[in-house]
Amino acid sequence: MSNTCCTESIKMPHWADGILATSGGPVYRVSTRWTRRDRVGQVRSRISTFRMAYTVEPGIYAVGNPSRESEIFVSANYKLSFDILRRELKGLNAWILVIDTKGINVWCAAGKGTFGTEELVSRMAKTGIAGLVDHRRIIVPQLGAPGVDANLVKKESGFRVYYGPARASDIPAYLSSNYTATREMRTVQFRLIDRLILTPIELNPLLKIIPVFAMAVLLVFGLQPSGIVFMSAFTHGLPIFILGVIAILAGTLFTPVFLPFIPFRSFAIKGWLAGAILIFPYLYYIDWLVPGKILMTAFSFLFFPMVSSYLGLQFTGASTYTSLSGVKKELKIGIPVYISSGIASLVLLVIYKINEWGIV
Amino acid sequence: MIYLKNVASLGYDPQKCTGCGRCVEVCPHGVFFMQDKRAVMGERDLCMECGACQKNCPFNAIHVNAGVGCANAVIRSIATGSEPTCGCS
Repeated sequence: MSNTCCTESIKMPHWADGILATSGGPVYRVSTRWTRRDRVGQVRSRISTFRMAYTVEPGIYAVGNPSRESEIFVSANYKLSFDILRRELKGLNAWILVIDTKGINVWCAAGKGTFGTEELVSRMAKTGIAGLVDHRRIIVPQLGAPGVDANLVKKESGFRVYYGPARASDIPAYLSSNYTATREMRTVQFRLIDRLILTPIELNPLLKIIPVFAMAVLLVFGLQPSGIVFMSAFTHGLPIFILGVIAILAGTLFTPVFLPFIPFRSFAIKGWLAGAILIFPYLYYIDWLVPGKILMTAFSFLFFPMVSSYLGLQFTGASTYTSLSGVKKELKIGIPVYISSGIASLVLLVIYKINEWGIV
Repeated sequence: MIYLKNVASLGYDPQKCTGCGRCVEVCPHGVFFMQDKRAVMGERDLCMECGACQKNCPFNAIHVNAGVGCANAVIRSIATGSEPTCGCS
């Protein structure tokens, strides 16, 4: 580290491997390798609310030994966005400009406008990045484009925006082909691994609901004219509890994973089908698909696929190809259906209880 | 993957296009492509209404009701009477 300074007096972030003196002051030189801490951070941010505070300080960073001709790459101040970029810049000499997106990833922040023209232009001015380079090019991630007006950036900063590829891993190819990306490099995918990686964050909040659901089931099925009977709660309630867990998994795990293979384009229908298909074998197993169990079987098919449908619909937020107009259309039809099947299943449940208690 | 048919609000006026290619550059679903130095709108059903093309078209040739295709955001907007915005991080 010949060109570093001050490493003794300043505690560097673990992902920095030096400090570079520039005409605008010292900047951290970042490592292009992930350490164990970075990997653990990625996992934690993908499964929990840990990601809400997983940030890096906005500003300028160096990769390698950048010169006045080196490229400037823009990133969000969500640590994972920053990590993915620096990892893909291995072997390059470049500048990274991290803008303040309140710790949100590039694409989501662009949708909100926090990854946007205003923040980009003002961060460029604040950091004085124009003084570090002789060219006037700035490489903005393509997925930041919903928030960035390239023409306005040019007008206000003098820099021409070059939209990089959709995935950081295509950056070397993008640079070697003179700032052009193929259609494939511009297109967002939604492969199995992309979908799978999104499921823990959908499942996580539901795990907290399961105990509440279990209590409700115990109460409803344990409630007898003689008081709350635990045996009754258990034997009658257990299938309902298991069906509920199946419905949750159908909506938040099965639907995302098998998304392209479940018929229909609507996420609500996909979720409903997943729920109906998955509860079927269980109902068969517990021998509910018989005339004597008609009430609870009808209740099961009304209620549980509806839950899966609702949860499947929630995955539109994580998906990479659903539109606002489409989601509005799904809800316009979906909400009345959910309300009516919710009421109908409640009525069936009440009839079941009345029968059980022998009131009529 | 393609979402619902005939719902995307994407509109394009080829008369206003000067062929700068920005829309082709920013679209994450390859809706636009270049042909004879002009942008052509291909399959509209691929559009997710992110709004990048509209934002980056210097000649206002593209219009789309941009927003997030997120059920949670839409449900919250119905409940609160505000615009649907992504509440996740």
